[in-house]
Amino acid sequence: MSESQYILEMRDITKTFPGVRALDGVRFDLKPGEIHGLMGENGAGKSTFIKIITGVHSPDAGELLINGQPMEFKRPLDAQKVGVAAIYQHVTCYPDLNVAENIFMGHEKVTGPTRRIDWKSMHAEAQALLNQLDANFSSTERMGALSVARQQIVEIAKALSFNARIVIMDEPTAALTQHESEELYRITDGLREKGVAVIFISHRLEDIRRLADRVTVFRDGKYIGCWPVEEITQDKLIVAMVGREISQMFPKRVINIGDEVLRVENLSRVGFFRDVSFDLRKGEILALTGLVGAGRTEVCEAIYGVEPSDGGRIVLEGKEVRVGNPLDALRVGIGCLPEDRQKQGLVLPWEIGKNITLPSLRTFSRFTWLNEQQEHEAAGRLAQKLSVKARSIFTKVFALSGGNQQKVVVAKILSRSLKVIILDEPTKGVDVGAKAAIYEIIGDLAEQGYGIILVSSEMPEVLGMSDRIVVMKEGRVTARLVTSETTQEEILNAAMVVETEQAAAQAELQVVGDAPSETEGAR
Amino acid sequence: MNTGLKKRFGNAERLRELGLLLFILVLGAAIQLRNPAFLRVSNLMSLFTNTSILAILAVGMMMVLLTRGIDLSIGATIAFSGMVTAMTVARFPQMHPALAIAQGTAIGTVVGMVIGVLVAKFDVLPIIATLGMMNIVRGMTFVVSGGRWVSSYQMPNSFKAIATGRTFGLNNLIVIAIAVYIVAFYFMNHTRTGRRIYAVGSNPSAAEVSGIPRRRLIFLVYTIMGGLAGLAGVLWVARFASAQGDTAMGYELQVIAACILGGVSILGGVGKISGLILGTVLFGILANALPLVDVSPFWQLGIQGATVLVAVMANAMVLRNTERSALRRRAV
Repeated sequence: MSESQYILEMRDITKTFPGVRALDGVRFDLKPGEIHGLMGENGAGKSTFIKIITGVHSPDAGELLINGQPMEFKRPLDAQKVGVAAIYQHVTCYPDLNVAENIFMGHEKVTGPTRRIDWKSMHAEAQALLNQLDANFSSTERMGALSVARQQIVEIAKALSFNARIVIMDEPTAALTQHESEELYRITDGLREKGVAVIFISHRLEDIRRLADRVTVFRDGKYIGCWPVEEITQDKLIVAMVGREISQMFPKRVINIGDEVLRVENLSRVGFFRDVSFDLRKGEILALTGLVGAGRTEVCEAIYGVEPSDGGRIVLEGKEVRVGNPLDALRVGIGCLPEDRQKQGLVLPWEIGKNITLPSLRTFSRFTWLNEQQEHEAAGRLAQKLSVKARSIFTKVFALSGGNQQKVVVAKILSRSLKVIILDEPTKGVDVGAKAAIYEIIGDLAEQGYGIILVSSEMPEVLGMSDRIVVMKEGRVTARLVTSETTQEEILNAAMVVETEQAAAQAELQVVGDAPSETEGAR
Repeated sequence: MNTGLKKRFGNAERLRELGLLLFILVLGAAIQLRNPAFLRVSNLMSLFTNTSILAILAVGMMMVLLTRGIDLSIGATIAFSGMVTAMTVARFPQMHPALAIAQGTAIGTVVGMVIGVLVAKFDVLPIIATLGMMNIVRGMTFVVSGGRWVSSYQMPNSFKAIATGRTFGLNNLIVIAIAVYIVAFYFMNHTRTGRRIYAVGSNPSAAEVSGIPRRRLIFLVYTIMGGLAGLAGVLWVARFASAQGDTAMGYELQVIAACILGGVSILGGVGKISGLILGTVLFGILANALPLVDVSPFWQLGIQGATVLVAVMANAMVLRNTERSALRRRAV
């Protein structure tokens, strides 16, 4: 057989970095027109593996064959030339340049003796590529002004622009809403029909089930196995990734739910949400769900004081409180775990201990002088309580894994005495093993009597963790459900479908003229 | 999608430039009312002549700022290139002025290349590399001159004519500045290298992944900046007919201020030649026309500084607005 049936074959790839064996004899193969899922926990070696295919790193040992031909990539350009393209979540976009430039960066079209850039044909071709992907935006738009989903479409167009035969997508759905993910599935399917081979990396089992033909799993830099998607169950896949059975993904415990601790009444903020009311009791987990952009995060920001509400009341333990900023919130006992923990939650170059005690420094200081011993003790206690895995509280936070960082953030908010904890997408971008650990923490917190608001778009999480569910859509509460009596369909229906009257109302608004901007995306 | 919003967003940058233009017109009108001599051709000519050196330097500084860098050494480079060139023409009065310009530019280019190597190859932070070079080059100026000046009478007339002579009815300095801007416009907007300079500043790590020679481009921008500073040094000495050890001390900050006024972002990736022209013209008016309306020199500096601050704040507000509208589009 002269022609290999595989467009890409990798055998016994090994790569060692100082101190770490990132990849240990892994293999992988890819057929033309196939979508091949690649899964594994964070640190399983997926990123290194991709960097080898794209020529960013060269392997210490092993073979890489393209169409049966052994290849050696020295630079990213070498991989590009044989048709390998990678779509990362953020790294490759130039926010200040326009879409056409982003597509053609590195292989711009030039003309004439001066080799000037041929803007006209570049825009024409970019637009053609975008149309091919059914994108309804222009190649002249500035990249930074596009949504993440659209930026990814541009990245895909970029891959097509140099006739990529192998496209690698690195967690493309992590930052997308359900709706946007569907769009991406459709585009990815389209690539398969064109005969492009796709390596699709994702933590979301749903993605793999929807898209992939086969799935390969890595764990700790080793190849674990490769299965056709129909032949492997979800449980088996998780076992393959984690290396152990996660007996119960959602360790929901029976907790005595106490008195009401928080009540919000008709909370509103112009342009974002209106008439949001719900109550929360001690030891209760209340899920706040809906599509991204439904106003969930904004409601939490109002309760936590980041962007105060302009109407309605917040009642804490029977007393109305005014929350004008996060400091107010912390003072009355409302804590929040922000969605982007790296950006808002942690000071990465600092030690674990310093991060934990940051919001409560006043407790350890006398006349502005810090009592470091007390501080260290408190930090150590909290770190232990949440079983942060690190050598000591003096380890720097950036050296920790994602799950452990998450624990530090939680420890940090616990250093104040709180009654209510808001968790905004606590498991976003976290691998399966760490997810289980976070669910464990949430359960612990509820057991200790905190009232918990869990913001989440992931249905299994919402159904598995919460006691009651509040569903939002376009800034309003569309359903209040008791978890044990509801179904996924009912939730999704409330989050997405209750459309008819509102859609009509919007259409009317548009005829009149200026539609409010936050309703735009509904179309 | 709401087209009104889209339009608003797309035009944000143009809006800024329009605002700047409007401000220039209002300022010009106000000055004209106070002193009718302002809009006279002769006065405008001298205004543009005085601004042209700043404008030439701003082009190089914009490229450096685009890559998220900064160059604090150019004042020293101006002095050094100017001093060496002035000493050369004083010694060899027969030297052709074009040769003098070439010499100064070459000196500046070498200084720029040294900075380029420091920043691009050895990863020295630009602010530190150029701060160090600023002192080294300034020191070298004093060393080569022995602390003495080169004065007007020592310079041949042919040399001084670089800054006083005319081409096509315009002062040579203006002609040189226009030439620099035409080349720069073409370079930044219509060549791959130019666009890649934007790319490097817009997202350095992406540039590396997509095979753009990031380090070479960074080396290039400091080299160009150095070359332009060297050129400016010759023009400066010819214009003021005197080369001193402390020539152009602190001038780099004015150049950076003019860039900021013109909408170049210190954070890299953002900046246009058109904005730069407006920024330097406004700066030129502030520097040259305020004396015409009897604003005391003590106030002039303050007014310059205040203008820069107002422009930056306006810029930040426009940016925040556009970002917010982008966010709104994203949120839904």
